[in-house]
Amino acid sequence: MDFEAIIDNLPLYLEGLWVTIQLVVLALVSGFGLAVPLALLAVSKNSFLSFPAKTYIYFFRGTPLLVQMFLLYHGLAQFEAVRESVLWIVFKEAYWCAVTAFALNTAAYTAEILRGAIEQTPFGETEAAQACGMSKFTMYRRIILPGSFRRALPAYGNEVIFMLHGSALAGVITIVDLFGAAKIVNARYFVPFESFITAGFFYLCCTFIIVWFFKWVEKHWYAHLRPRTS
Amino acid sequence: MFDLHGYFPMILDGMLLTVEVALLSLLIAVILGLLGALAKLSNSKIARTLATVYTTIIRGIPDLVLMTLVFFGGQILLNNIGDSLGWEYIDISPFIAGTLTIGFIFGAYMTETFRGGILAVSRGEIEAALAFGMSKRKVFIRITLPLMVRHALPGFGNNWMVLAKTTALVSVIGLHDMVYNAGVAGGSTRQPFTFYLVVAMLFLCITGLSDLGLRWANRRYSIGVRKV
Repeated sequence: MDFEAIIDNLPLYLEGLWVTIQLVVLALVSGFGLAVPLALLAVSKNSFLSFPAKTYIYFFRGTPLLVQMFLLYHGLAQFEAVRESVLWIVFKEAYWCAVTAFALNTAAYTAEILRGAIEQTPFGETEAAQACGMSKFTMYRRIILPGSFRRALPAYGNEVIFMLHGSALAGVITIVDLFGAAKIVNARYFVPFESFITAGFFYLCCTFIIVWFFKWVEKHWYAHLRPRTS
Repeated sequence: MFDLHGYFPMILDGMLLTVEVALLSLLIAVILGLLGALAKLSNSKIARTLATVYTTIIRGIPDLVLMTLVFFGGQILLNNIGDSLGWEYIDISPFIAGTLTIGFIFGAYMTETFRGGILAVSRGEIEAALAFGMSKRKVFIRITLPLMVRHALPGFGNNWMVLAKTTALVSVIGLHDMVYNAGVAGGSTRQPFTFYLVVAMLFLCITGLSDLGLRWANRRYSIGVRKV
Protein backbone atom coordinates (compact mmCIF):
# COMPACT_ATOMS: atom_id res chain seq x y z
CA MET A 1 0.00 0.00 0.00
CA ASP A 2 1.35 3.37 -0.97
CA PHE A 3 -0.77 6.36 -0.10
CA GLU A 4 1.68 9.00 -1.30
CA ALA A 5 -0.13 9.58 -4.57
CA ILE A 6 -3.39 9.83 -2.64
CA ILE A 7 -2.07 12.46 -0.26
CA ASP A 8 -0.72 14.48 -3.20
CA ASN A 9 -4.13 14.30 -4.82
CA LEU A 10 -6.23 15.01 -1.77
CA PRO A 11 -7.43 18.34 -3.25
CA LEU A 12 -8.79 16.41 -6.24
CA TYR A 13 -10.71 14.10 -3.92
CA LEU A 14 -12.10 17.03 -1.97
CA GLU A 15 -13.24 18.69 -5.20
CA GLY A 16 -14.84 15.39 -6.15
CA LEU A 17 -16.53 15.22 -2.76
CA TRP A 18 -17.92 18.70 -3.32
CA VAL A 19 -19.32 17.68 -6.73
CA THR A 20 -20.86 14.56 -5.19
CA ILE A 21 -22.53 16.65 -2.48
CA GLN A 22 -23.86 19.07 -5.11
CA LEU A 23 -25.25 16.25 -7.24
CA VAL A 24 -26.92 14.53 -4.30
CA VAL A 25 -28.43 17.69 -2.81
CA LEU A 26 -29.69 19.02 -6.16
CA ALA A 27 -31.20 15.64 -7.03
CA LEU A 28 -32.79 15.15 -3.62
CA VAL A 29 -34.31 18.63 -3.42
CA SER A 30 -35.78 18.64 -6.92
CA GLY A 31 -36.70 14.96 -6.63
CA PHE A 32 -38.61 15.60 -3.44
CA GLY A 33 -40.41 18.53 -5.04
CA LEU A 34 -41.50 16.24 -7.83
CA ALA A 35 -42.34 13.35 -5.51
CA VAL A 36 -45.02 15.13 -3.45
CA PRO A 37 -47.36 15.88 -6.40
CA LEU A 38 -46.57 12.44 -7.85
CA ALA A 39 -47.57 10.72 -4.61
CA LEU A 40 -50.75 12.80 -4.40
CA LEU A 41 -51.64 11.81 -7.97
CA ALA A 42 -50.85 8.16 -7.25
CA VAL A 43 -53.23 7.96 -4.27
CA SER A 44 -56.00 9.67 -6.21
CA LYS A 45 -59.16 7.63 -6.73
CA ASN A 46 -59.47 9.01 -10.24
CA SER A 47 -57.56 6.54 -12.37
CA PHE A 48 -56.92 9.16 -15.08
CA LEU A 49 -54.75 10.87 -12.51
CA SER A 50 -53.29 7.86 -10.72
CA PHE A 51 -52.45 5.77 -13.78
CA PRO A 52 -49.79 8.11 -15.27
CA ALA A 53 -48.21 8.62 -11.86
CA LYS A 54 -48.14 4.90 -11.15
CA THR A 55 -46.67 4.17 -14.58
CA TYR A 56 -43.95 6.74 -13.99
CA ILE A 57 -43.14 5.21 -10.61
CA TYR A 58 -43.16 1.69 -12.08
CA PHE A 59 -40.82 2.60 -14.91
CA PHE A 60 -38.25 4.41 -12.80
CA ARG A 61 -38.28 1.84 -10.02
CA GLY A 62 -38.12 -1.09 -12.41
CA THR A 63 -35.12 -0.02 -14.50
CA PRO A 64 -31.50 0.56 -13.48
CA LEU A 65 -30.38 4.12 -12.75
CA LEU A 66 -27.45 3.58 -15.10
CA VAL A 67 -29.80 2.95 -18.02
CA GLN A 68 -31.90 6.00 -17.13
CA MET A 69 -28.77 8.13 -17.05
CA PHE A 70 -27.56 6.74 -20.39
CA LEU A 71 -31.00 7.41 -21.89
CA LEU A 72 -30.53 11.10 -21.14
CA TYR A 73 -26.79 11.42 -21.67
CA HIS A 74 -26.29 9.29 -24.79
CA GLY A 75 -29.89 8.97 -25.88
CA LEU A 76 -31.26 12.50 -26.16
CA ALA A 77 -28.77 13.46 -28.89
CA GLN A 78 -30.63 11.05 -31.17
CA PHE A 79 -33.45 13.55 -31.59
CA GLU A 80 -32.80 16.55 -33.75
CA ALA A 81 -35.71 18.36 -32.12
CA VAL A 82 -33.91 18.17 -28.78
CA ARG A 83 -30.58 19.17 -30.22
CA GLU A 84 -32.06 22.30 -31.75
CA SER A 85 -34.18 23.33 -28.80
CA VAL A 86 -33.14 25.43 -25.80
CA LEU A 87 -33.12 22.24 -23.73
CA TRP A 88 -29.88 21.28 -25.43
CA ILE A 89 -27.98 23.93 -23.49
CA VAL A 90 -28.84 21.90 -20.40
CA PHE A 91 -28.64 18.36 -21.72
CA LYS A 92 -25.36 18.64 -23.61
CA GLU A 93 -23.67 18.90 -20.22
CA ALA A 94 -22.97 15.57 -18.54
CA TYR A 95 -23.47 17.28 -15.17
CA TRP A 96 -27.07 18.28 -15.83
CA CYS A 97 -27.89 14.95 -17.44
CA ALA A 98 -26.74 13.24 -14.26
CA VAL A 99 -28.66 15.63 -12.00
CA THR A 100 -31.83 15.20 -14.06
CA ALA A 101 -31.55 11.41 -14.15
CA PHE A 102 -30.91 11.24 -10.39
CA ALA A 103 -33.78 13.63 -9.64
CA LEU A 104 -36.27 11.71 -11.81
CA ASN A 105 -35.13 8.44 -10.23
CA THR A 106 -35.28 9.53 -6.62
CA ALA A 107 -38.63 11.22 -7.29
CA ALA A 108 -40.12 7.83 -8.20
CA TYR A 109 -38.72 6.09 -5.12
CA THR A 110 -39.71 8.95 -2.81
CA ALA A 111 -43.20 9.11 -4.31
CA GLU A 112 -43.64 5.40 -3.63
CA ILE A 113 -42.52 5.90 0.00
CA LEU A 114 -44.88 8.86 0.41
CA ARG A 115 -47.75 6.98 -1.24
CA GLY A 116 -47.41 4.22 1.32
CA ALA A 117 -47.24 6.77 4.14
CA ILE A 118 -50.30 8.68 2.92
CA GLU A 119 -52.32 5.49 2.61
CA GLN A 120 -51.43 4.60 6.19
CA THR A 121 -52.95 7.78 7.58
CA PRO A 122 -55.29 6.68 10.40
CA PHE A 123 -58.88 7.13 9.24
CA GLY A 124 -59.80 8.92 12.46
CA GLU A 125 -57.44 11.78 11.64
CA THR A 126 -59.08 12.61 8.34
CA GLU A 127 -62.51 12.08 9.87
CA ALA A 128 -61.69 14.57 12.61
CA ALA A 129 -60.35 17.02 10.04
CA GLN A 130 -63.57 16.77 8.05
CA ALA A 131 -65.62 17.19 11.20
CA CYS A 132 -63.71 20.42 11.82
CA GLY A 133 -64.91 21.58 8.42
CA MET A 134 -61.54 21.59 6.69
CA SER A 135 -61.49 21.67 2.92
CA LYS A 136 -59.62 18.89 1.16
CA PHE A 137 -56.67 21.17 0.49
CA THR A 138 -56.41 22.29 4.10
CA MET A 139 -56.75 18.71 5.29
CA TYR A 140 -53.83 17.60 3.11
CA ARG A 141 -51.73 20.60 4.10
CA ARG A 142 -52.36 20.43 7.83
CA ILE A 143 -53.12 16.80 8.61
CA ILE A 144 -52.27 14.21 5.98
CA LEU A 145 -48.97 15.48 4.58
CA PRO A 146 -47.23 16.37 7.86
CA GLY A 147 -48.20 13.02 9.35
CA SER A 148 -47.08 11.20 6.22
CA PHE A 149 -43.70 12.91 6.18
CA ARG A 150 -43.16 11.69 9.70
CA ARG A 151 -44.16 8.13 8.86
CA ALA A 152 -41.99 8.22 5.73
CA LEU A 153 -38.87 9.43 7.54
CA PRO A 154 -37.04 6.12 8.19
CA ALA A 155 -37.62 4.88 4.64
CA TYR A 156 -36.60 8.26 3.24
CA GLY A 157 -33.34 8.09 5.16
CA ASN A 158 -32.53 4.88 3.31
CA GLU A 159 -33.44 6.51 0.02
CA VAL A 160 -31.01 9.37 0.72
CA ILE A 161 -28.23 6.83 1.28
CA PHE A 162 -29.17 5.04 -1.94
CA MET A 163 -29.01 8.35 -3.79
CA LEU A 164 -25.53 9.01 -2.39
CA HIS A 165 -24.42 5.59 -3.61
CA GLY A 166 -26.18 6.01 -6.93
CA SER A 167 -24.44 9.33 -7.49
CA ALA A 168 -21.18 7.41 -8.01
CA LEU A 169 -22.57 6.60 -11.47
CA ALA A 170 -21.87 10.21 -12.44
CA GLY A 171 -18.20 9.23 -12.55
CA VAL A 172 -19.03 6.92 -15.47
CA ILE A 173 -20.11 9.82 -17.70
CA THR A 174 -16.95 11.93 -17.34
CA ILE A 175 -18.04 13.93 -14.27
CA VAL A 176 -15.28 14.30 -11.70
CA ASP A 177 -17.17 13.40 -8.55
CA LEU A 178 -15.63 11.28 -5.79
CA PHE A 179 -15.65 8.17 -7.98
CA GLY A 180 -14.44 10.18 -10.97
CA ALA A 181 -11.55 11.51 -8.88
CA ALA A 182 -10.61 7.97 -7.85
CA LYS A 183 -10.72 6.92 -11.50
CA ILE A 184 -8.37 9.75 -12.48
CA VAL A 185 -5.89 8.97 -9.69
CA ASN A 186 -5.97 5.28 -10.61
CA ALA A 187 -5.37 6.04 -14.28
CA ARG A 188 -2.46 8.39 -13.54
CA TYR A 189 -0.58 6.40 -10.91
CA PHE A 190 -2.05 2.92 -11.31
CA VAL A 191 -2.89 2.50 -7.63
CA PRO A 192 -6.33 0.82 -7.87
CA PHE A 193 -6.44 -0.28 -4.24
CA GLU A 194 -5.47 2.99 -2.67
CA SER A 195 -7.46 5.23 -5.01
CA PHE A 196 -10.78 3.38 -4.74
CA ILE A 197 -10.41 2.65 -1.04
CA THR A 198 -9.95 6.37 -0.42
CA ALA A 199 -13.13 7.12 -2.38
CA GLY A 200 -14.88 4.35 -0.46
CA PHE A 201 -13.72 5.85 2.81
CA PHE A 202 -15.18 9.24 1.89
CA TYR A 203 -18.47 7.61 0.87
CA LEU A 204 -18.52 5.68 4.14
CA CYS A 205 -18.08 8.91 6.10
CA CYS A 206 -20.91 10.57 4.16
CA THR A 207 -23.13 7.54 4.84
CA PHE A 208 -22.41 7.74 8.55
CA ILE A 209 -23.18 11.45 8.61
CA ILE A 210 -26.50 10.85 6.84
CA VAL A 211 -27.41 8.01 9.21
CA TRP A 212 -26.51 10.16 12.19
CA PHE A 213 -28.48 13.11 10.82
CA PHE A 214 -31.62 11.03 10.31
CA LYS A 215 -31.31 9.56 13.79
CA TRP A 216 -31.16 13.09 15.12
CA VAL A 217 -34.24 14.18 13.10
CA GLU A 218 -36.12 11.05 14.18
CA LYS A 219 -35.36 11.81 17.79
CA HIS A 220 -36.87 15.24 17.26
CA TRP A 221 -39.92 14.15 15.23
CA TYR A 222 -40.69 11.04 17.22
CA ALA A 223 -40.30 12.74 20.59
CA HIS A 224 -43.93 11.95 21.48
CA LEU A 225 -43.37 8.23 20.85
CA ARG A 226 -40.33 7.82 23.07
CA PRO A 227 -40.84 5.79 26.23
CA ARG A 228 -41.19 8.10 29.18
CA THR A 229 -38.13 8.33 31.38
CA SER A 230 -38.61 9.95 34.71
CA MET B 1 -38.55 4.32 -34.02
CA PHE B 2 -38.22 0.67 -33.12
CA ASP B 3 -36.27 -0.37 -36.19
CA LEU B 4 -33.43 -2.23 -34.48
CA HIS B 5 -31.37 -2.89 -37.63
CA GLY B 6 -30.92 -6.55 -36.73
CA TYR B 7 -29.24 -5.81 -33.40
CA PHE B 8 -31.98 -7.39 -31.31
CA PRO B 9 -30.32 -10.85 -31.04
CA MET B 10 -27.19 -9.15 -29.71
CA ILE B 11 -29.23 -7.38 -27.03
CA LEU B 12 -30.88 -10.69 -26.14
CA ASP B 13 -27.43 -12.31 -25.85
CA GLY B 14 -26.55 -9.56 -23.42
CA MET B 15 -29.75 -10.18 -21.53
CA LEU B 16 -28.80 -13.82 -21.11
CA LEU B 17 -25.50 -12.73 -19.58
CA THR B 18 -27.30 -10.24 -17.33
CA VAL B 19 -29.56 -13.01 -16.05
CA GLU B 20 -26.57 -15.33 -15.56
CA VAL B 21 -24.70 -12.73 -13.53
CA ALA B 22 -27.83 -11.98 -11.51
CA LEU B 23 -28.61 -15.61 -10.67
CA LEU B 24 -25.02 -16.54 -9.83
CA SER B 25 -24.55 -13.54 -7.60
CA LEU B 26 -27.90 -14.27 -5.96
CA LEU B 27 -26.57 -17.70 -5.06
CA ILE B 28 -23.45 -16.18 -3.51
CA ALA B 29 -25.54 -13.57 -1.73
CA VAL B 30 -27.88 -16.17 -0.21
CA ILE B 31 -24.98 -18.28 1.08
CA LEU B 32 -23.18 -15.23 2.49
CA GLY B 33 -26.46 -13.95 3.90
CA LEU B 34 -27.17 -17.18 5.76
CA LEU B 35 -23.63 -17.30 7.12
CA GLY B 36 -23.81 -13.64 8.09
CA ALA B 37 -27.17 -14.04 9.81
CA LEU B 38 -25.92 -17.05 11.76
CA ALA B 39 -22.80 -15.13 12.74
CA LYS B 40 -24.84 -12.14 13.89
CA LEU B 41 -27.05 -14.36 16.03
CA SER B 42 -24.26 -16.54 17.36
CA ASN B 43 -22.85 -16.45 20.87
CA SER B 44 -19.33 -15.81 19.67
CA LYS B 45 -18.38 -12.19 20.01
CA ILE B 46 -15.78 -12.41 17.23
CA ALA B 47 -18.33 -13.75 14.74
CA ARG B 48 -20.81 -11.04 15.69
CA THR B 49 -18.23 -8.28 15.30
CA LEU B 50 -17.01 -9.65 11.97
CA ALA B 51 -20.54 -9.82 10.60
CA THR B 52 -21.34 -6.31 11.81
CA VAL B 53 -18.19 -4.89 10.23
CA TYR B 54 -19.04 -6.71 6.99
CA THR B 55 -22.59 -5.40 6.75
CA THR B 56 -21.71 -1.87 7.85
CA ILE B 57 -18.85 -1.37 5.44
CA ILE B 58 -20.53 -2.98 2.47
CA ARG B 59 -23.74 -1.04 2.94
CA GLY B 60 -21.84 2.22 3.39
CA ILE B 61 -19.87 2.14 0.13
CA PRO B 62 -21.40 2.48 -3.36
CA ASP B 63 -21.59 -0.77 -5.33
CA LEU B 64 -19.77 0.79 -8.27
CA VAL B 65 -16.76 1.70 -6.11
CA LEU B 66 -16.65 -1.81 -4.63
CA MET B 67 -16.87 -3.36 -8.06
CA THR B 68 -14.00 -1.35 -9.54
CA LEU B 69 -12.03 -2.03 -6.37
CA VAL B 70 -12.44 -5.78 -6.80
CA PHE B 71 -11.88 -5.67 -10.56
CA PHE B 72 -8.74 -3.50 -10.63
CA GLY B 73 -7.48 -4.04 -7.12
CA GLY B 74 -8.21 -7.76 -6.93
CA GLN B 75 -6.14 -8.25 -10.06
CA ILE B 76 -3.06 -6.74 -8.43
CA LEU B 77 -3.64 -8.47 -5.12
CA LEU B 78 -4.01 -11.84 -6.78
CA ASN B 79 -0.87 -11.41 -8.84
CA ASN B 80 1.13 -10.21 -5.85
CA ILE B 81 0.10 -13.33 -3.99
CA GLY B 82 0.73 -15.38 -7.12
CA ASP B 83 4.21 -13.93 -7.55
CA SER B 84 5.27 -14.91 -4.06
CA LEU B 85 3.86 -18.40 -4.51
CA GLY B 86 5.25 -18.79 -8.01
CA TRP B 87 1.93 -19.08 -9.87
CA GLU B 88 1.33 -18.18 -13.46
CA TYR B 89 -0.24 -14.81 -14.25
CA ILE B 90 -3.92 -14.95 -13.34
CA ASP B 91 -6.45 -12.80 -15.14
CA ILE B 92 -9.56 -11.75 -13.26
CA SER B 93 -12.34 -11.67 -15.81
CA PRO B 94 -14.97 -8.96 -15.51
CA PHE B 95 -17.52 -11.75 -15.19
CA ILE B 96 -15.92 -13.15 -12.05
CA ALA B 97 -15.23 -9.70 -10.59
CA GLY B 98 -18.78 -8.53 -11.27
CA THR B 99 -20.52 -11.64 -10.00
CA LEU B 100 -18.38 -11.88 -6.89
CA THR B 101 -18.80 -8.22 -5.99
CA ILE B 102 -22.57 -8.17 -6.51
CA GLY B 103 -22.87 -11.38 -4.52
CA PHE B 104 -20.69 -9.95 -1.80
CA ILE B 105 -22.67 -6.69 -1.63
CA PHE B 106 -26.07 -8.33 -1.52
CA GLY B 107 -24.80 -10.88 0.98
CA ALA B 108 -24.74 -7.95 3.40
CA TYR B 109 -28.34 -7.01 2.63
CA MET B 110 -29.41 -10.66 2.79
CA THR B 111 -27.73 -10.96 6.19
CA GLU B 112 -30.08 -8.34 7.59
CA THR B 113 -33.12 -9.87 5.90
CA PHE B 114 -32.34 -13.40 7.08
CA ARG B 115 -31.49 -12.20 10.57
CA GLY B 116 -34.92 -10.59 10.83
CA GLY B 117 -36.54 -13.74 9.46
CA ILE B 118 -34.77 -16.01 11.92
CA LEU B 119 -35.67 -13.75 14.82
CA ALA B 120 -39.33 -13.89 13.75
CA VAL B 121 -39.47 -17.69 14.11
CA SER B 122 -41.39 -18.32 17.29
CA ARG B 123 -39.35 -19.49 20.21
CA GLY B 124 -41.79 -22.28 21.05
CA GLU B 125 -41.11 -24.15 17.81
CA ILE B 126 -37.39 -24.19 18.49
CA GLU B 127 -37.92 -25.23 22.10
CA ALA B 128 -40.16 -28.06 20.97
CA ALA B 129 -37.52 -29.25 18.53
CA LEU B 130 -34.88 -29.13 21.24
CA ALA B 131 -37.20 -31.06 23.53
CA PHE B 132 -37.37 -33.76 20.87
CA GLY B 133 -33.65 -34.10 21.26
CA MET B 134 -32.65 -32.62 17.92
CA SER B 135 -29.13 -31.31 17.68
CA LYS B 136 -28.66 -27.57 17.10
CA ARG B 137 -27.76 -28.18 13.47
CA LYS B 138 -30.85 -30.27 12.94
CA VAL B 139 -33.04 -27.64 14.56
CA PHE B 140 -31.67 -25.07 12.15
CA ILE B 141 -32.09 -27.19 9.03
CA ARG B 142 -35.45 -28.74 9.87
CA ILE B 143 -37.22 -26.02 11.83
CA THR B 144 -35.67 -22.56 11.70
CA LEU B 145 -34.71 -22.49 8.02
CA PRO B 146 -38.06 -23.53 6.53
CA LEU B 147 -40.02 -21.33 8.91
CA MET B 148 -37.72 -18.38 8.34
CA VAL B 149 -38.46 -18.37 4.60
CA ARG B 150 -41.94 -16.99 5.11
CA HIS B 151 -40.76 -14.03 7.13
CA ALA B 152 -37.72 -13.33 4.98
CA LEU B 153 -39.48 -13.63 1.62
CA PRO B 154 -40.68 -10.00 1.19
CA GLY B 155 -37.24 -8.62 2.03
CA PHE B 156 -35.61 -11.27 -0.12
CA GLY B 157 -37.81 -10.20 -3.03
CA ASN B 158 -36.84 -6.56 -2.64
CA ASN B 159 -33.16 -7.49 -2.51
CA TRP B 160 -33.48 -9.58 -5.64
CA MET B 161 -35.11 -6.72 -7.55
CA VAL B 162 -32.35 -4.31 -6.54
CA LEU B 163 -29.73 -6.96 -7.35
CA ALA B 164 -31.15 -7.53 -10.82
CA LYS B 165 -30.91 -3.81 -11.55
CA THR B 166 -27.41 -3.57 -10.07
CA THR B 167 -26.15 -6.07 -12.66
CA ALA B 168 -26.30 -3.16 -15.14
CA LEU B 169 -23.08 -1.93 -13.50
CA VAL B 170 -21.06 -4.84 -14.91
CA SER B 171 -21.14 -3.01 -18.24
CA VAL B 172 -18.88 -0.38 -16.65
CA ILE B 173 -16.10 -2.92 -16.08
CA GLY B 174 -16.43 -4.08 -19.66
CA LEU B 175 -18.68 -7.12 -19.46
CA HIS B 176 -20.83 -7.47 -22.58
CA ASP B 177 -24.20 -7.46 -20.85
CA MET B 178 -27.27 -5.90 -22.39
CA VAL B 179 -26.43 -2.34 -21.34
CA TYR B 180 -23.00 -2.63 -22.94
CA ASN B 181 -24.42 -4.20 -26.09
CA ALA B 182 -27.07 -1.48 -26.29
CA GLY B 183 -24.25 1.07 -26.17
CA VAL B 184 -22.48 -0.65 -29.05
CA ALA B 185 -25.65 -0.99 -31.11
CA GLY B 186 -26.73 2.55 -30.31
CA GLY B 187 -23.36 3.89 -31.31
CA SER B 188 -23.22 2.22 -34.70
CA THR B 189 -26.84 2.96 -35.62
CA ARG B 190 -26.80 6.44 -34.06
CA GLN B 191 -29.95 5.52 -32.17
CA PRO B 192 -28.78 5.21 -28.57
CA PHE B 193 -32.12 6.28 -27.13
CA THR B 194 -33.97 3.49 -28.93
CA PHE B 195 -31.57 0.81 -27.73
CA TYR B 196 -31.39 1.99 -24.13
CA LEU B 197 -35.18 2.14 -24.10
CA VAL B 198 -35.33 -1.47 -25.32
CA VAL B 199 -32.94 -2.43 -22.51
CA ALA B 200 -35.10 -0.57 -20.00
CA MET B 201 -38.13 -2.52 -21.22
CA LEU B 202 -36.23 -5.80 -20.91
CA PHE B 203 -35.31 -4.91 -17.34
CA LEU B 204 -38.99 -4.21 -16.70
CA CYS B 205 -39.71 -7.71 -18.06
CA ILE B 206 -37.20 -9.23 -15.64
CA THR B 207 -38.53 -7.34 -12.63
CA GLY B 208 -42.14 -7.91 -13.69
CA LEU B 209 -41.66 -11.67 -14.09
CA SER B 210 -39.82 -11.90 -10.76
CA ASP B 211 -42.66 -10.00 -9.14
CA LEU B 212 -45.11 -12.65 -10.36
CA GLY B 213 -42.84 -15.44 -9.15
CA LEU B 214 -42.35 -13.83 -5.77
CA ARG B 215 -46.08 -13.31 -5.30
CA TRP B 216 -46.62 -16.98 -6.03
CA ALA B 217 -43.90 -17.98 -3.55
CA ASN B 218 -45.36 -15.63 -0.98
CA ARG B 219 -48.77 -17.27 -1.31
CA ARG B 220 -47.20 -20.70 -1.20
CA TYR B 221 -45.28 -19.96 1.98
CA SER B 222 -48.13 -18.27 3.82
CA ILE B 223 -50.53 -21.19 3.46
CA GLY B 224 -52.03 -21.68 6.87
CA VAL B 225 -51.45 -18.13 8.03
CA ARG B 226 -54.65 -16.40 8.98
CA LYS B 227 -54.90 -12.86 7.75
CA VAL B 228 -56.79 -9.98 9.28
